[in-house]
Amino acid sequence: MTTPTTPTAPTTPTAPLLRAEHLSRHFKIGGALSKRTLHAVDDVSFQIGPGEIVALAGESGSGKSTIARLLARVYQPTSGQIYFSQGEEDPGTPLSAMRTRRARLRYSSEVPMVFQDPFASINPVFRVSHGVLRSLKLHRPELSAAERQAEAARVFEVVGLDAGMLERYPHELSGGQRQRVGFAQALAGRARLILADEPVSMLDVSIRIGLLNLMASLRDTMGVSILYITHDIASARYVADRLIVMYAGQIAESGPIEEVLADPRHPYTQLLVSAVPDPRAALSVDAETDIGEPPKVIDPTPGCRFRFRCPIAIDQCSAVTPELTLVGAREVACHVAQSGAEVKAFTS
Amino acid sequence: MLLEVSGLSVDYVLDRADVRAVDNVSFTLDRGEFLGIVGESGCGKSTLLFALAQLLAPPARIAAGSVTFKGDNLVGLTDRQLSSVRWRDMSVVMQSAMNALNPVKSIGAQFRDAMRAHGTTSRDEIGSRSAEVLHMVGIDQAHLRSYPHQLSGGMRQRAMIAMALLFTPDLVIMDEPTSALDVVAQRSLMVQIKELQRSLGFAIVFVTHDMSLVSHFSDRLMVMYAGQVAELGATRRVFDEPLHPYTRGLLEAFPSIRGPRVPLKGIPGSPPDLSVIPTGCRFHLRCPVAFESCPQVAPELTDEEGTLVRCLRYPQDHTEERSVAL
Repeated sequence: MTTPTTPTAPTTPTAPLLRAEHLSRHFKIGGALSKRTLHAVDDVSFQIGPGEIVALAGESGSGKSTIARLLARVYQPTSGQIYFSQGEEDPGTPLSAMRTRRARLRYSSEVPMVFQDPFASINPVFRVSHGVLRSLKLHRPELSAAERQAEAARVFEVVGLDAGMLERYPHELSGGQRQRVGFAQALAGRARLILADEPVSMLDVSIRIGLLNLMASLRDTMGVSILYITHDIASARYVADRLIVMYAGQIAESGPIEEVLADPRHPYTQLLVSAVPDPRAALSVDAETDIGEPPKVIDPTPGCRFRFRCPIAIDQCSAVTPELTLVGAREVACHVAQSGAEVKAFTS
Repeated sequence: MLLEVSGLSVDYVLDRADVRAVDNVSFTLDRGEFLGIVGESGCGKSTLLFALAQLLAPPARIAAGSVTFKGDNLVGLTDRQLSSVRWRDMSVVMQSAMNALNPVKSIGAQFRDAMRAHGTTSRDEIGSRSAEVLHMVGIDQAHLRSYPHQLSGGMRQRAMIAMALLFTPDLVIMDEPTSALDVVAQRSLMVQIKELQRSLGFAIVFVTHDMSLVSHFSDRLMVMYAGQVAELGATRRVFDEPLHPYTRGLLEAFPSIRGPRVPLKGIPGSPPDLSVIPTGCRFHLRCPVAFESCPQVAPELTDEEGTLVRCLRYPQDHTEERSVAL
């Protein structure tokens, strides 16, 4: 397994692999007569380049899993559009234009999901080869049975599993091995973008790094892009090239991960970074701990959604929703940061 | 000394054979001390916690050892005898508040139940104490009338902690109380637990799989591996100079958000299945510095300048090849 090389941000932007524009997903909540709407994702735009790991971070309820499901076509967007490119010259086809079964199948084989819980995401009554072979049969019907076996053995080896493991049952594998099976299934369909929703959060600490290294090596050797959804900023920094920080259904800040973490400009990013426990740091229990809670975004009114927890909010924050705007190398949705003032809401 | 655990072993009695989940664990805890217990899944940390609180249910049973709390050995006491200790002197905060709280009872009603079961019957006293403990954890007393589903995850965990403090116990045992929360809520809950501990003076046994979480809060740290104590020492010392290769491996498995990005290796392999325990040192199969004796000789805990460590490389004998490997 290769160790992650220091990733270089793609400087010459070829066509992005996937592009989301003004993506929103709202859910009706309450009874049949209720008119209340939960804005799980609200007007979110971002891109994922080829061979890039993008970390999507935020608290529970910030909309990060909803984004994964929108990209996986589990949900249809309430508004907005997702474009998926088939090559460098292709500006991207909107997902809503994929009307044939064939086009949809192709998309789902190229954009597979890897789930959080490796104990629930593999069928316990079949050998682990079952999922991989099925995926091959569905997505690559041109292969013969023998070729499918060979291909399954190949993807198992790519993810660091012995080909003999194919004949095992899920209960015979450890959590880390099962999660590798998840990645093998994804690769079997010739994945170009893997949607990994908290893929390591249920694994033991000593196992996590191996999976993160696998993700980095898939990017480096096969050019696969990964959307890495996590609440663990430190692991995001370890593998990702870019970071998107979500708050209450919107993007708070996004940019090259080193720059964002070294100098976060959005007050929420600062809070997030300051909360990460760092065993190597000296003991410091600061007084300024935030005890706020993430809001439920039900029928939101204009204004910044972080303003209730923000120590530096100004009048404008409760009137106008900040747009995501380029500040230096990153984009920030904060009136104070955009005004050029220094943001020091939470220090780490 | 508040708590003295001596030679504690817990077996799961299964059809085929008994599985020893906790093997000969000893430690002491002073009043007001914060002990962190860390380890991976299956290392026996949760079983140990249940054994401390005498909450084990078949097929688990205490096979040997004693748990001496304020001078009394709790092992073998009946539930009736234990009830004078439980909650009043020693309380437990469970991992998942969503499962530990009763969904069809209001928070206040659950506080009332607990107080009545442990001998407080005055309505006024129950009411005022409930409001008081809820206030201590930063929740408005109006939430005594709320049901668990009306509270956020962080508030539910706070309510659980409030409930554990109803009788100002001397010892609070916590089983990953923050694992369901995200980093920001986690951090603020840890700070609050520490502040409550400072002001009320109770001791804490805190079980977690995330050693970075307790790094700034615990006084001493116990690292468990495959049912045994691998290392036990002052938290700062364990973080600064980890002795056991497993502790070292765990620490090196945490990516940092500061400093240079370095490739990490983690620990190869996975924790052993306790029904097939490796011979010799239980860690030798995953150990980067194992030598010839490791598969044969089971190491004992050795005192290395105040830190207990279970590794054949200790006591340090300054043999060239072994110290080079470090």
